[in-house]
This record gives sequence, C-alpha cells and structure tokens, in this order.
Amino acid sequence: MSVDYKNGKVKCAIVGSGNIGTDLLIKILRYSKYLEPVMMIGIDPNSDGLARAKRLGIETTYEGINGFLRRKDLVDEVDIIFEATSAKAHIQNAPIYKELGKVAVDLTPAALGPYVVPPVNLGEHLDKLNVNLITCGGQATIPMVYAVSRVVKVHYAEIVSSVASKSAGPGTRQNIDEFTQTTAKGLEVIGKAGKGKAIIILNPAEPPIIMRNTVYTITDECDVEEVHESIYQMVDEVKKYVPGYNLKSEPIFDPLDKYPIRIPGYGEFRRGYKVTILLEIEGAGHYLPKYAGNLDIMTSAALRVGELFAEKILKEKDVQQKQG
Amino acid sequence: MKDGKIIINDVTLRDGMHAMSHQYEIEDMVKIAKALDSAGVDIIEVSHGDGLAGNAINYGFSKYSEIEYISAVSGVLRGAKLDVLLLPGIGTIEDLEVAIEYGVKVVRVATHCTEADIAIQHIEYSKKRGLDVVGFLMMAHSISPDELAKQAKIMESAGADCVYVVDSAGAMLPQDVADRVKALKDNLNCEVGFHAHNNLSLGVANSLIAVQNGASRIDASLCGLGAGAGNAPLEVLIAVFNRAGVKTGCDLYKLMDAAEDIVRPMMKRKGVEVVIDRDSLSLGYAGVYSSFLLHAKKASQKFGVDTRDILFELGRRKMVGGQEDMIIDVAVDLANGFKNEI
Repeated sequence: MSVDYKNGKVKCAIVGSGNIGTDLLIKILRYSKYLEPVMMIGIDPNSDGLARAKRLGIETTYEGINGFLRRKDLVDEVDIIFEATSAKAHIQNAPIYKELGKVAVDLTPAALGPYVVPPVNLGEHLDKLNVNLITCGGQATIPMVYAVSRVVKVHYAEIVSSVASKSAGPGTRQNIDEFTQTTAKGLEVIGKAGKGKAIIILNPAEPPIIMRNTVYTITDECDVEEVHESIYQMVDEVKKYVPGYNLKSEPIFDPLDKYPIRIPGYGEFRRGYKVTILLEIEGAGHYLPKYAGNLDIMTSAALRVGELFAEKILKEKDVQQKQG
Repeated sequence: MKDGKIIINDVTLRDGMHAMSHQYEIEDMVKIAKALDSAGVDIIEVSHGDGLAGNAINYGFSKYSEIEYISAVSGVLRGAKLDVLLLPGIGTIEDLEVAIEYGVKVVRVATHCTEADIAIQHIEYSKKRGLDVVGFLMMAHSISPDELAKQAKIMESAGADCVYVVDSAGAMLPQDVADRVKALKDNLNCEVGFHAHNNLSLGVANSLIAVQNGASRIDASLCGLGAGAGNAPLEVLIAVFNRAGVKTGCDLYKLMDAAEDIVRPMMKRKGVEVVIDRDSLSLGYAGVYSSFLLHAKKASQKFGVDTRDILFELGRRKMVGGQEDMIIDVAVDLANGFKNEI
C-alpha cells in the first residue's frame, strides 16, 4: 500500500462537478477533520464546478471517470469516492469503485447500497463499500417521519419537496423518476412508514424559493404531546449539521375520526391522526445562495457519512501500524 | 389535425376529477366515456386530476384506484383513443407502463411551463412504446411567448407529436392565447394544442382564437366539468366551432344530450357545481393554478380566512401546479397574522 495518512486525513475524490459536487467540495475543505479531497471529476470542460475546484487547488478532469482512472497515482491514494452525478452514471461507475475496493458514498438516487440518513442510522453500514444517501427530499423528510414512527405506528407517509428551479441541475432533472421512487422507499425503509409516497416540484419563481418540504403521516391513536416532543427533538438533531432546518409552524394534528382518509387499494383510516409537518430548509450559502437548502441537506449528510468512514479507516490503519 | 379536422381531446374524466373531488363512480365514467365515444370525440383522458399516481393526501384520494377507472373506460371505447396525463415528479414511467397494458394510446406529459426538460425521459420512453405523445406546458400565461416556444422546442426535440399551451389558471386573454399559439406554430414543426380554463369566462372564445392561430388540438369537457370554473364546455365549443366553420368529428346533438342527460344529473347527485363565483374568478384574476380552488375553500373553512386571500397570496408567492401543500402553509400564515393583529 502506497497510501500514507501523514496529515491524519483520508484522501477522497468527488465525481460530478455540478451543484451538489461543488457544494460538497467546499464543505469538505472548510469543515472536514478527516477528509482531504484530491480530485474532482466532471464531464464538461466549461463546468463552473471544475473551475472552482481548480482555483481551490484541487486536481480536475473533464474526461469523466476515465480521466480519473488514468491518474493511477490519485486512484491509489483515494479511499473514498463521493458520487454526485446521476443515478444512471452511478449504476455504471459503481462496479468500477467496487473493483478498486473504494468506499462509495452515493449522493444520487441510484440506491445500490443501503440507505443512510444521519440522524436516524448514521453509524450503520460502515462495513459496506457502497452507501446511498437517498435524495435531498429524503434527507429532509425521513427524519421527521422517523420522529413520528418511533412514537406511534405510521401507516402511511407522504412528502412534497419544493425546490427552486435554479438549484436543480441536469442530474436532478434527468433523475426525477428515481427521485420519487427512491424517496418513497426511503420513507418506508428508514422512516418506518407502512407505505411511502414522494412528490417533487420545481418552482422557477424569482427570487428563488427556499426549499420547502411538507410531511404528512397517518398514525394510530397516540399521545399528541409525545409525538410533538419527538418531532422537536429531531429538528434539533438535524439542526446540528444543517442549521437552517426549521419548522414553518407547529405540527398540525387532524383527528381521523373527524377527517377519515381512504386510500384506494391500501386501507381506510378512521382512528388516529393525520400529522402535517411544514418544513423550511435554508442553506448555508456555500456554493449556491441560501435558498438552495436542498444542496445543504444532502452535502451535509454526505460529509457526516464520509467523516465517519474516514475515521474508521484511520483507526484501522492505526491498529495495523501498532500491530506491525 | 386529422383529415382537415381539429382533434378534440376530452378531459371530463380527468380535469373533471378535480371538480368531483376525485369521487367519480366507475359507472358514471363508463356512461360518459361511451357517450363521448359515440359522439365522435377523438381522444378521452382518464387519470387522477393530477395525473397518474396523483392519489395523495396532497391532492386527494380518488374513490377507486387509477387502474379500475382506466380499465373500465378502456373496455368501452370503439373509435376514441384512450389517454392519460403524467406529471413528472408525481407519476413515473413505471406508472405509465401499467397504464399502457390497459390500452392507453396517448400520453400527455405535463410540466410547469419553464421545466420542460424534466419530461424528456418520459417523452422519449413513450415514443419508444409507440404512443401518441403530447407535451403539456402548464401555467403558460406566466412566461412570454418566446420563452414558451423555447420550452416547447425541448419537448418537440424529445419526440413530442404535439405541444400544448395550457392555461391552467384560466388567466389568459384572447391576445395572450393568440401570441403563444402563434409563437409555438412559428418555431415548431409538430402540432400545437390549447387547454382552457373558464375562470374569466373565456374558455370557448380562447379555444376559438387558438384554432384561428394554428392550434389543431383542443381540450374541452362536458358541462365544462373541470378545476376552477371548469374547462371550455365541450357541447358549447362544438356549437361555436360549427358556427365558425371549424371542422371536428363531433356530433353536436349527441354532446348536448350527454351534457344534459348524463353529466349534469351526475353533478347534481354528487353536489358538484362548476361556476364562475368570486373564488374561481379570483383564480383567473390572480393567475393561480385552477385545481387549488377546492383545497383553498377547505383551508378557508378550517383556518377561518377568506378563500380569496389564500388564492391571492398563493399567486403572490408564485406557487406552481402541484404545490397544494402551500395552501395550508398560506392559510396558517394568514390565520396567525390575523391573530397577531388582534
């Protein structure tokens, strides 16, 4: 192994030089304790993200994954690859990363690896070589669904994510089906809802709208105060890494005996509550302005997951050295 | 255009879903579909009001599942083609695949008028499956004719056979329709269509203007059954087209009968009204997505604020189709503001 960890950091590469990749690069450079980005990989020579990376002193290529593979020196050094391209691109790239034995943190909705949503299951799956961060809408809303489902049975969860058109790059636009499908599945697998449904809306208003998310859950009968408390605790938890994560109003509890809900082909709900949670996510304004909370929630999650993998790699290295 | 005739695309069973709060009976749908088919309507759209997979808390759940409605109508059509609406971000290609198995021949892929590129994968897929594919640019009043033509070009390039100017807010004046239809005709080789809402009482007039400027597909619904103040009423549209010398394949008497004998009694029985009142008029006046109407009325009752205040605020915030969740948000804000003033 030619890899050295002299500066106490694990080297990583970012594949994808769009909004997400560039925002992640800035966050790693600013905040990471254990990660050192060495290359940003894009496919557009005129990419603003690649130009930014260059200015920040990071190696770049606009020849896609092949441009990276040709740099054997960097390929050898890198332990972690962040995928910020599109679901289709990740499906093509993932076998290459696996073959190279690299950890892949997937920010596309390809959903090849197990899902990770930091405030719910951050420490899980550190033994895997590929983990998936679902979608920005999933990262924003699944913590809320989980906050409800850890208190009371959630039969159904539905989310509506509205993002500014300007913050949705070509990857997001080509991936819109994958977005809805992967987010819905995330609501079930990580949010623990009996059934999940996800909707994404792009809004072109000027000035751009701040990312909004509405979370609806259908629950069994429960102690409203307890659910309320759990939601507030979770908001605080998310705020630790996305400070602009806020409830827009108090959660709304509609009793189902007064407003029953019938979902064709699934069931009729006449007891319990429909809980409506209105969220607003203001970004940190690193790459795109503050309206793009959808970038922050995703890249902040990626940074946390990447840090944990890096810490683990460093620990293992340390043990090896001591044993050696 | 088919043999020099304008193609009529009925939306009674889809846009009408909004007005019916999605509580259509299967037997009513089948009766209406049979009547439309026998009256010579070219295309009949069946879907949740918000398109395939629109069943959601956000938009309301339909009484029966999507496939129950689609398969029931599919079974009774003789001449008319069955069509579904798909909004990327709500429905997916997987939902469309299922619908195709039930005999769908036309798909209309709808996006907000500035977001055509999110429909590319759906248009390309539908073309590959041999469907007649329509791009549906909603809230078309909100951008200039030139910008609209650019977005339409994206849909045409992906393979659309027709692109629609969709007046989702029923906010367009006749000149707005003429300018937009003309811009699309001047810049595209494919067909151009127009979808009206009657919020400013211009549904039929605007549809006529669209045809006079080159549109060859027009949407309408029996009794105007649709979101807001409804669509162009089909029976009136055909009467006007006949008088204007605009050719269609439709039989006016049969449509009049279907409106009078089937749809109006159904609306009465279901307690459904489609009228221009202060609320639906406000949609057209403020340029707000027509399907927000019933959700805003509900929120108005629940939070004790005027429906018009909710609608105008939604217009001010530039909310687009699909953002029904923001109705609650606005109502909560207005209710809180009101409390704060006291």
